Amino acid sequence: MQKESPIREPLILGNKSYHDITVDVAKPVLAKANKMWWIVFGISLVLFVWWILSVGYTIGTGIGVWGLNKTVGWAWDITNFVWWVGIGHAGTLISAVLLLFRQKWRLSINRSAEAMTIFAVVQAAMFPLIHMGRPWLAYFVFPIPNTFGSLWVNFNSPLLWDVFAISTYFSVSFVFWYVGLIPDFAMIRDKVNEKYWPMRKKVYSILSFGWSGRAKDWQRFEEVSLVLAGLATPLVFSVHSIVSFDFATSVIPGWHTTIFPPYFVAGAVFSGFAMVQTLLLVMRKVVGLEAYITIKHVEYMNIVIMLTGNLVGIAYLTELFMAWYSGVEFEQYAFLNRATGPYWWAYWSMMTCNVISPQLMWFKKLRTNIVFTFILALFVNIGMWFERFVIIVTSIHRDYLPSSWSMFSPTFVDIGIFVGSIGFFFVLFLLYSRTFPVIAQAELKTIVKSSSEQYKK
Amino acid sequence: MSKKVIYGIFDDEEVLLDSNKEVRSEDISIKEVYTPFPVHGLDHALGLERTRLAIAAFIYGAIGCALAIWMTYYIMILDWPQNIGGKPSFAYYLNMPAFVPIIFEMTVLFAAHLMVITYLFKSKLFPGQESSSPDPRTTDDKFLMEIESDDDKKISDLLKKTGATEINVKDIA
Repeated sequence: MQKESPIREPLILGNKSYHDITVDVAKPVLAKANKMWWIVFGISLVLFVWWILSVGYTIGTGIGVWGLNKTVGWAWDITNFVWWVGIGHAGTLISAVLLLFRQKWRLSINRSAEAMTIFAVVQAAMFPLIHMGRPWLAYFVFPIPNTFGSLWVNFNSPLLWDVFAISTYFSVSFVFWYVGLIPDFAMIRDKVNEKYWPMRKKVYSILSFGWSGRAKDWQRFEEVSLVLAGLATPLVFSVHSIVSFDFATSVIPGWHTTIFPPYFVAGAVFSGFAMVQTLLLVMRKVVGLEAYITIKHVEYMNIVIMLTGNLVGIAYLTELFMAWYSGVEFEQYAFLNRATGPYWWAYWSMMTCNVISPQLMWFKKLRTNIVFTFILALFVNIGMWFERFVIIVTSIHRDYLPSSWSMFSPTFVDIGIFVGSIGFFFVLFLLYSRTFPVIAQAELKTIVKSSSEQYKK
Repeated sequence: MSKKVIYGIFDDEEVLLDSNKEVRSEDISIKEVYTPFPVHGLDHALGLERTRLAIAAFIYGAIGCALAIWMTYYIMILDWPQNIGGKPSFAYYLNMPAFVPIIFEMTVLFAAHLMVITYLFKSKLFPGQESSSPDPRTTDDKFLMEIESDDDKKISDLLKKTGATEINVKDIA
């Protein structure tokens, strides 16, 4: 049996037996939703409807309904795309990287973090799709034999690498999530009383793929989880590196930087953990999981936020240094314009939210405070959105020819698609939290004897 | 004498592991063990062979990698070489660095998906499949050992002695 040092703080509070864990995880699925859930769900649904209308208008009329112009050809759409993809990274980091490092605290949060990943990547993928203008031709991005005189895709282009990276990332994350879900769906299947809920029983039977927990199945399950973690770890780093290549391989001052891949990956993990905090701090309260998602978990995540926030801060400073040291006046102007030009407020919002505010996490009192963590996580989310906005819009709004300098202002359609995507995301996440086992209960039971409060006494 | 199936139910995984060893040392073959979570050392205690899924994943990855190399070579060099942005497609080794991301993604894509499909296939997991567990409590907090034997008395006593909290015996029709 695994033993753990008594100095380590417990990851499961209270005297939880295996059966208690089953009951606690099955409760939100089997019980009725409370009023709070319906209110939040209603608001999200309204935003989702706004998203549908805005996207419908965009596709029906064309992307001219956005605020783009000849100079600023990429703005909120790509900002939102990168923001959502970045948010997705925390889920894979928690489930894959922390599995390889044998971090037990991942077990209470990995399921929801992975769900967040999948829903965030769904939002992200929508933006390039609607930016195409004619999304029914989206299959053009795949190298499929065709009747257009063998018109192939261009494998030299980072935009095509993105297609491969995002689709691989989405599908592998989904499979990783589902492999872990099978035993937990089986638990819910066996908890549902067939007499009262025949339909529910049937649905969970189908979802659980007939899982019965044989010794050989568990052996394979563990092997598959480990190998998937090993595959997902380089995958997650590759995805945001490739997203950063969309910018870094161009010759636009402000984008043409070799530090972009690590800088983007750190930023992605930073924003992703902030989103995990935002979601889980609310969820642990609403579905009563305080015994599993403890202050210790919150603190661990805050430390990751602090670390990656500082990495991002170093990247910002490195960019400024390189702009000066390169001696390239266009590069120097791009950064001067970011900090002091017409978008100075975006730049300084980014700096405040991403570099200065995480420094407060050095204080143990603050990083173990729920309310403070929640507010800070919102700050980080906002700051990381501004980071992408700053990188994208301020780099292109003043190009080499001052006569074509311009500004970007979003239309209500831009705003609708962005705010609507948040609504869409929450619709998916709220539905998930009512129908899925939100904690990987089968795996969590393996650490009861090493890391729960009762065995540490 | 009719053949019987004996279900020994345990409350604790450590007791189950000890009992497994005891039962196997008596030369009784265990048909199956059902547990609510992965119990470390259970595959050893049952004498299960190592799974070869990781090896399969490596082979699938190699296939994906080879396919990606062939695809980029065929599309970019062989079928329709083009000079895109001053980067002519004369020879594969000159353009290959730009294809590394694609080759990597395809390797991961093939390794991950085909391994999971193999796993689901080997463990007979698919939508519509019924659970084969004799007791639904095995997904909650009970550990179940299944033994087929003619002499159910002897097995029951042994299981009870090694810590089973509940014994159920069924005739095999």
